[in-house]
Amino acid sequence: MTSTTTPTRASAAAGALVPGGTPSSFFRESFIVFRRQLRMNLRNPAWVIIGMLQPILYLLLFGPLLEPLIGQFGATNAYTFFVPGMLVQLGVFGAFFAGFSLIGEWREGVIEAERVTPASRTALLVGRLYRDLLQLFVQALILVGLGYALGMVASGTGIVLGVVITLLLGGACAAASNALALTTKSEDVMAPVINMVMMPVLLLSGILLPMTIGPEWLQRASDFMPIRHVVDAVRASFAGDFASSGLVWGAAWSVVMFVLAVWWGTATFRRENA
Amino acid sequence: MIEARGLVQTFQTRQGKQKTEVRAVDGVDLDVAEGEVVGFLGPNGAGKTTTLRMLTTLLRPTAGTARVAGYDVVHESVQVRRSIGYVSQAGGAFSGARAGDEVVDHGMLYGLQRPVVEARGKELFEQMDLPGLWTRMPKNMSGGQKRRLDIVMGLIHEPQLVFLDEPTTGLDPQARANLWEHIRGLRDRLGVTVLLTTHYLDEADALSDRIVIIDRGRIVASDTADNLKAQVAGDLVDLELVDATLASRAAERLATLTAGRDEVEVDGRHVRARVPRAGRSLQGLLRDLDAAGIGLESIGVLRPTLDDVFLTLTGRSLRDAEAATEATGGADQGDDLQPVSAGATTGAPTTTPTTRGADR
Repeated sequence: MTSTTTPTRASAAAGALVPGGTPSSFFRESFIVFRRQLRMNLRNPAWVIIGMLQPILYLLLFGPLLEPLIGQFGATNAYTFFVPGMLVQLGVFGAFFAGFSLIGEWREGVIEAERVTPASRTALLVGRLYRDLLQLFVQALILVGLGYALGMVASGTGIVLGVVITLLLGGACAAASNALALTTKSEDVMAPVINMVMMPVLLLSGILLPMTIGPEWLQRASDFMPIRHVVDAVRASFAGDFASSGLVWGAAWSVVMFVLAVWWGTATFRRENA
Repeated sequence: MIEARGLVQTFQTRQGKQKTEVRAVDGVDLDVAEGEVVGFLGPNGAGKTTTLRMLTTLLRPTAGTARVAGYDVVHESVQVRRSIGYVSQAGGAFSGARAGDEVVDHGMLYGLQRPVVEARGKELFEQMDLPGLWTRMPKNMSGGQKRRLDIVMGLIHEPQLVFLDEPTTGLDPQARANLWEHIRGLRDRLGVTVLLTTHYLDEADALSDRIVIIDRGRIVASDTADNLKAQVAGDLVDLELVDATLASRAAERLATLTAGRDEVEVDGRHVRARVPRAGRSLQGLLRDLDAAGIGLESIGVLRPTLDDVFLTLTGRSLRDAEAATEATGGADQGDDLQPVSAGATTGAPTTTPTTRGADR
């Protein structure tokens, strides 16, 4: 215990403070949060490895089942059809689980400690989204690379556009998951809710098999599932069908969902009793 | 430093289909001057944490106003956050992250540059008795070390005012005594104003310049520990007689020092009464008893405790008040419902620990 080294308050505060409330302070704050999240993720490499293995296993073990059926879908290349669906699935499902780690942090007072700093509440959320988006981006690279190796045919522009749409959707799901986590504050409540959401998403989005092979009523039902339109859009994009209305609609849906989810997530970080 | 007027916080609780409104904080006025150490004392669920969360901008008051460090908590919340440190019951460092990393990230969220935060953090680690723990994870630290780390995080941006929410809950006596030393040092060495909540009487007594007692969401007293104790009519004199049959005669003698015979309580061989300034009148009493041939087995003089104060002010002992909130369960919605370690529910140690620094 040394009392001689106590600095005067003015000296430390005056020279070193970065002013808050500006766009650059927002990026700085969100980057601090992101770096912290990334560091904790890398400390637990099991999850990173599982995240990387998922797309590989799906392509290698499910892709071959589609190859003999692909003609019936009105498509020619099984992997050009399947990789976009896989991409969206990773974006949605991986991101849905992002909120679980937030509950642990909340329990240990981390969220409270962050909320008592002057940092932007949106930055606290967005910093966490960067981490989820980075993971999704790496998964997308693996998926696309492996897809090419297995015979996928797709345009470069289409792939870039498709991945961007997927990232928007993934960001939306991660933000929603974080918001749900801070609202429920309990893994026991959150897990069933996520399962309840995931089932219809998986069944009505045409991720594994196209909705067009189903009966009329099922197709109409899937029209109400926004993520189906995103899947259609990413498929159209990969196929180089840039003029299709499905691409526009799906892209629009992903932007809308992203904006809404970030708004919701920020609100939960801001809310007084979160 | 703190100026709160009429703070109110209400929560909606649902029991079945019926919604009820609970006023967790019900019109709190609070003033804290610069350089003061104020103990905010009350049973669990009294509204301590809720009040603190309003003052630290984490919770918007339902009604009332508060200025903290010169800024309004609702309209100038960012300035308030810059000026204060808050150490919550749950802490703030993630158990699976390195302590130093958590401290640096926390400081940087205040807009401080990395080298500044690192230097300041390492210096605070020395001051807070955490040498060599910079790269250790909190899950591998003792309870006392973890709490000191939480305090380091709360101090990293050199706040003028620090809020400590139940700083020693769940710690063993040695670790508590050690932490008390550090909390005293906050003001003495760093010149920080401190508002700490506690439901331990001895803690409020040992640490605070002034004690604010809150019960059922209202402030029931605010004064120095000595003045509060002076409100209780005198010291408790407890005579244990050799012969129980002489009890009524002893009670008469003791009554001469009090307002009347009714003030004296007889319990078997024990005769008790509250006597103002017992130190002065005890000599005469002993002589009196001796002359009357009443033999004593033992004599005890107890200075009033804050528990006596609480009893005088609220008509309930602090322990009964705690039991009542536990029995009603959800009535204290939002307050003290933060997840705390299992150790938090163990009763308050009644002795004042004297060992220092033994938790390392």
